[in-house]
Amino acid sequence: MAQLIDRRPNAKGKSTVNRQRFLRRYKTQIKKAISEQISERSITDIDGGESVSIPTRDITEPTFRNDQGGVREGVYPGNKEFAQGDKIKRPINQGQGGGRRASDSGEGEDDFVFEISRDEYLDMLFDDLELPNLQKNQLSKMTKSKAVRAGFTNDGVPTNINIVRSLRSALSRRMAMGAEPRRQLREMEAELQELEQKPGSDETRCLALRQEIEDLKNRIRRIPFIDTFDLRFNNFVQRPEPTSQAVMFCLMDVSGSMDQETKDIAKRFYILLYLFLTRSYRDVDVVYIRHHTQAKEVDEEEFFYSRETGGTIVSSALELTRDIIAQRYPPTDWNIYAAQASDGDNWNDDSPVCEQLLAKQLLPQLRYYAYVEITRRDHQGLWAHYENLLQAHDNFAMQHIREQDDIYPVFREFFRKQVQ
Amino acid sequence: MSKPISTGAEWTFELIEEYHAEIEAIAEEYGLDTYPNQIELITAEQMLDAYASVGMPIGYSHWSFGKHFIKNEQQYRRGHMGLAYEIVINSNPCIAYLMEENTMMMQALVIAHASFGHNSFFKGNYLFRAWTDAEAIIDYLVFAKRFISECEERYGIDEVENLLDSCHALQNHGVDRYKRPYPVSMREERERLKEREAYLQSQVNDLWYKTVPQKEAEEKEAKLPNFPEEPQENILYFIEKNAPLLEPWQREVVRIVRKVGQYFYPQRQTQVMNEGWACFWHYHIMNELYDRGKVTDGFMLEFFQSHTNVVSQPDFDSDYFSGINPYALGYAMMTDIKRICVEPDEEDRRWFPDIAGSNWQETLDFAMRNFKDESFISQFLSPRLIRDFKLFSILDDEERSELEVTSIHNDRGYQYIRQALSNQYNLSMNEPNIQVYNVDVRGDRSLTLRHIPHNNVPLAATTDEVLKHLRRLWSFGVVLETLDADGEVVNTAECLQPAS
Repeated sequence: MAQLIDRRPNAKGKSTVNRQRFLRRYKTQIKKAISEQISERSITDIDGGESVSIPTRDITEPTFRNDQGGVREGVYPGNKEFAQGDKIKRPINQGQGGGRRASDSGEGEDDFVFEISRDEYLDMLFDDLELPNLQKNQLSKMTKSKAVRAGFTNDGVPTNINIVRSLRSALSRRMAMGAEPRRQLREMEAELQELEQKPGSDETRCLALRQEIEDLKNRIRRIPFIDTFDLRFNNFVQRPEPTSQAVMFCLMDVSGSMDQETKDIAKRFYILLYLFLTRSYRDVDVVYIRHHTQAKEVDEEEFFYSRETGGTIVSSALELTRDIIAQRYPPTDWNIYAAQASDGDNWNDDSPVCEQLLAKQLLPQLRYYAYVEITRRDHQGLWAHYENLLQAHDNFAMQHIREQDDIYPVFREFFRKQVQ
Repeated sequence: MSKPISTGAEWTFELIEEYHAEIEAIAEEYGLDTYPNQIELITAEQMLDAYASVGMPIGYSHWSFGKHFIKNEQQYRRGHMGLAYEIVINSNPCIAYLMEENTMMMQALVIAHASFGHNSFFKGNYLFRAWTDAEAIIDYLVFAKRFISECEERYGIDEVENLLDSCHALQNHGVDRYKRPYPVSMREERERLKEREAYLQSQVNDLWYKTVPQKEAEEKEAKLPNFPEEPQENILYFIEKNAPLLEPWQREVVRIVRKVGQYFYPQRQTQVMNEGWACFWHYHIMNELYDRGKVTDGFMLEFFQSHTNVVSQPDFDSDYFSGINPYALGYAMMTDIKRICVEPDEEDRRWFPDIAGSNWQETLDFAMRNFKDESFISQFLSPRLIRDFKLFSILDDEERSELEVTSIHNDRGYQYIRQALSNQYNLSMNEPNIQVYNVDVRGDRSLTLRHIPHNNVPLAATTDEVLKHLRRLWSFGVVLETLDADGEVVNTAECLQPAS
């Protein structure tokens, strides 16, 4: 007789390990493919996975094999017009030679293309990167606490009663308490039956027995169905949890000097930052602040696509950031990140103000502040003043982007793993 | 007339059991000798998993399996590839995987095909009996998986992966074609593992210590025998026993890859027979079910449709042609043998005097037990089949500008085509003949292999890569000499330095 086994509930993904091994082995190639794609990829679908292609020759498993050539004889089915001794021109593309060559030998030029999931994509993309200052602040971040299940207790509030457990212990208590009287009851009933059947037996003994049987039955009946003693309660304990929420401030100059291309570059940078933060934090808020001479909090659409003109005062945006933090994002509860993109223009007298604002008010509250300057021209006043900050603040970083292809390297530069 | 077992397309476990019982009864009447069956229902994804580990129910971890998995998954997702309806494992009990997507008819077909056809082939065919131990294979694979993951913990994933890469490159050269092997046996493996490690190492030490140059030895140099005394075709075995610097655990890994290769070796040699046998029996069992009124007309129509798909042979000039279909050839030959036994004509009596008119069940059983593809074809391919398939042979000599049709399906051609087709299934003609020829035990310890080309067929460009792998296993220089027809060395490939 056959054994019939349903394996369907078994874990699938028996190959997951092997798949991981494969990704691990070709990490370099995959990473290269990914960084080549990031600059070409459209902004909106960055959230999905990615298809990666690796040259087939890199992943072949070599064996000793016969090549084409030499003298071969093959037998084929379906002869129609050939007669013995016929000569045929050698077909150019292997033709009758069979479909072996293309697939097996690994000589084919085709790339090995496969999909990786979004998580794998992000892992590869952000491999070796880490959130700045994450470790240092880890302890101070433990500000939230969460109730977690921790077994069962014998007392608690009625809302936490665990019905199944309570009834189960009631049942076992009833069984335990009733066991002895029930045994006695059985014995006495047996004895009584015996006496009643025997003619001329002791009538008083029968009466006594009946009385005792009645008592026992009452005793069993009196065992309570449920007792406070039986109650079981779900137990919860408070466990401190690192805050899993972060807010990301996007600051952008929208004055006349910022053209759409520059904004696009900035946008890509913000997307990378956003993806990166979502890897570490469950909820990431994004606050968009655009500014020319005045700063304004806007939504994403307006942030990237509306046009403004006029001069530039960077400090206005910094002040607004400071105010919003004060109102909505207390640094004790939120991991705050900010990234500023600009073409470097600023009203000259304003740059020292910015430096002061950052150094005194903003940087102490932030996990990280990244400044990217997107321009092909020389640096202006703002860059020089920001440079002053680099020394004293290790949660401040600045980089220069000239064109689209720079974004990813610059981003990596920002979040490179600190070698300690 | 009895009632059909089922009428709908949906299967249930109860129905599968009923069909199995019915099929088992029929198989018994036909005298099929099988291992007990274990039937496992799996999903399509699990089937993909099973594909990736080349049909091993339990496999050690390696990136190449991941590669196959990704490749199959891609093709499957894009609809380029259908999945097999079943996979069957040569083990005792014989494990067959059935996909949950199959209809009831399919499940019954698969049970007949795999759990009785292949199963009895595994149990009866001489190659499987000699080369594999169905009792022990599952245990051995479990042992291998555990051993390799322990090695990974102890020596690092990279170290083990590199070693496995190198072994895989030589896996096809890890069998003794002409020696009778010892079947993989689990109990012995575990008991002797420790013992063997120590013993192997001492043997290796012995070999190398004895050959440390000494004065007397130098005088006798000319007389020193070649080592190995005779060329060795089992390269992996040679490495396992003689590579100077391998650690005991590395030898064990080489052994595992070699044993797994050995386990699959019979399957590569009996594809046509194995599939032919299984198709022949599922066809007979299904018809018998119908004759007994156990299945409906609709069931049979569905069955015929998939049966004809499986055993169809496209012509060489068809778009669907991809070589000779082992199912088609095997099924046709098995059916033809039965025909020769039951209703032989004059031609059959001339060609097959021994079997014409004999008991067909005994003859088929004899054929199943004692042949492999190569000998099976050269023994049983009948002129009638050659005509049916319209077989013809083509000679492709690179020295000549044209291909030549050497024979076709006519009186003069039968013998020739039969031989040519048989050669096509002769593994030793299709795989390069490479043997360990010499070890420079007194000099730089380099290993010399010799390649004897068959019909001037050259080695593929992957050879250099394989030599690098061999270099890694041997730990000293490796040379591959190619001989010409006169036995002179005409070409040398070498890998003397370790890969950077």
